[in-house]
Amino acid sequence: MTARRFWVFIEQEEGNVHPVSWELLGVARYLASQVKEEADAAGDEVLVEGVLLGHDVASIAQDALHYGADRVYLFDDPLFAHYRNCPYYKTLAQVAKKYNPEVFLVGATTLGRDLAGGIATALRTGLTADCTQLEMGEAKGAKQKLLLATRPAFGGNILATIMCRKHRPQMSSVRPRVFPMPPFDPDAQGEIVREPMDVTEEGAMSCILEFVHEKGENVNIEYADVIVAGGRGLGTPEGFDLLKELADELGGVVGASRPCIDAGWLSYPHQVGQSGRTVRPKLYIAAGISGALQHKVGMQNSDFIIAINTDPNAPIFDVADVGLVGDLYQVIPAMIEQIKARKEALA
Amino acid sequence: MFHALVAVKQVPDTTNIRIDPDTGNLVREGVPAIMNPYDAHALAEAVRWKRALGGKVTVVSMGPASFTKTIREAVELGADRGVLVSDRKFAGADTLSTSYVLAETIKVIHEEDPIDLIFFGKQAIDGDTAQVGPGVGVRLDLPVVTYAVKIRELDLEGRRVVVERKTERWTEVIEVPLPALLTCDKEIAEIPFAPLPDLIRSLRYEPEMWTMKEGPVAFDPAEVGVKGSPTVVYKMGTPPLPEAGEKVNTRDVGVEAAVKDALEKADAAGVLGAVLAQGPAAKEAQL
Repeated sequence: MTARRFWVFIEQEEGNVHPVSWELLGVARYLASQVKEEADAAGDEVLVEGVLLGHDVASIAQDALHYGADRVYLFDDPLFAHYRNCPYYKTLAQVAKKYNPEVFLVGATTLGRDLAGGIATALRTGLTADCTQLEMGEAKGAKQKLLLATRPAFGGNILATIMCRKHRPQMSSVRPRVFPMPPFDPDAQGEIVREPMDVTEEGAMSCILEFVHEKGENVNIEYADVIVAGGRGLGTPEGFDLLKELADELGGVVGASRPCIDAGWLSYPHQVGQSGRTVRPKLYIAAGISGALQHKVGMQNSDFIIAINTDPNAPIFDVADVGLVGDLYQVIPAMIEQIKARKEALA
Repeated sequence: MFHALVAVKQVPDTTNIRIDPDTGNLVREGVPAIMNPYDAHALAEAVRWKRALGGKVTVVSMGPASFTKTIREAVELGADRGVLVSDRKFAGADTLSTSYVLAETIKVIHEEDPIDLIFFGKQAIDGDTAQVGPGVGVRLDLPVVTYAVKIRELDLEGRRVVVERKTERWTEVIEVPLPALLTCDKEIAEIPFAPLPDLIRSLRYEPEMWTMKEGPVAFDPAEVGVKGSPTVVYKMGTPPLPEAGEKVNTRDVGVEAAVKDALEKADAAGVLGAVLAQGPAAKEAQL
């Protein structure tokens, strides 16, 4: 009996877990279920496992069990207190060699993208970046199901499904918010395995001197419930002041399409789209955004989309639940007033 | 003397890529080929330090012969030497194989003329993988700093560099020993106008072309192109078209009525009530 292991890198910084880690445990569980029949027939065991590095993070390992891991491999050491490329990728490559997982998923965050390429190269295996769909499926000539990893390419114009036939693990980085959060099971049982360290401070090849927290930049657009996003149609950067007013009324945040970020109207953390963030808020309001594919792939999973554009043929209307053809400088102020009135009525 | 190596890639300008609405195919005609913008910014930073410290900038690219245009552009921006590694056998390379070819090439250049700092763009705008730079770093066993936005200190004698890198949470100030590899965001440097002598030089510049057979690198045929690439395309397709909702012209029904209708629909879909009821608490949860 062999074990077919589906691995997830549990990303944390300063004890805060990036929620994409739990989303990935949910996906790993789904992938594991897709090979269950095949594994049962062969007498193989299927396991969803997390790998966690950090310092004093045992409680996070416990949480990983609640979010669906059967087992968590834990490296708990001051050396891992802050994320650093070299000690992290070397440790993860080594533990992967030890247990030989079939699939290894990493969040496509700045940390995860810094890390994933290193692990894959060290293991000389295939890595597919920024996946939006994952399935275990049959492929010609393969004895077992393979990971079929789908990602947008060419600015979202093409969906490419990639597989990795012979090399293991089959690695993918996956964007936050592409997959739903799995439920927290308070009764979940599992095992936490403490792994021995094999990296030294000398081998870390880096030293973090300081962390600079920027003021006013604390925007976590990926997990916002409401996003009011603007595009070139705003005409001027001051247009975002109006969008901010609406976002504030709705308890949301402001987003933007790539041209506005490139023009310096808003900072990069606000960018929605293929080269920015993927979002799935309850409500997405797109004002003056034409709707290039590269933007749409980043927001089309939103629960409800209202699009405002003067051009009735703007492609953004193709993904909108409600499209308003008109001047955003008339529509947004009206929306602010009506939202205020609704809130007053509720109070 | 400072020796910087910059890896550049030629990419289609993805902001101009469209899908043919009738055939659903990618329209490549008339799409200009440009130097990957992040690479251009990384190059500008390398050139800036070369001018400050004295030294040279070598540019490397892997791709077909048409990439010489991009190498010439790099010379125009201040690179001194350009190497294009090009071979039909490299076709179909994924990021692992690309990192192999670039790492082997950089090793040979380094032996002949030691490199202090390697620059990559943070990612290429056509593939957006951000995997090749870190992959090369791993193969050369160098410290890797991704998402670099500023080089604070470059100390050639003390053999160290202090770099600011931007993550989702904060800006990290990190010190690594030289040689090191950086992948750069656009903020690393502005792209300056090319001085006239560089412009003239670039017009006549012939990049060195290294292939499997000709050139100083002994590439392992098993590591290049399709053979050296663990990943293969299973299938390609266009994204499914979502169902469009209702479209209302504000001129026909009036702005007030159109907005009222939109909000009512959002409410009916169950998204607005939840949002308004949460109020300020929702905002705090996001921070």
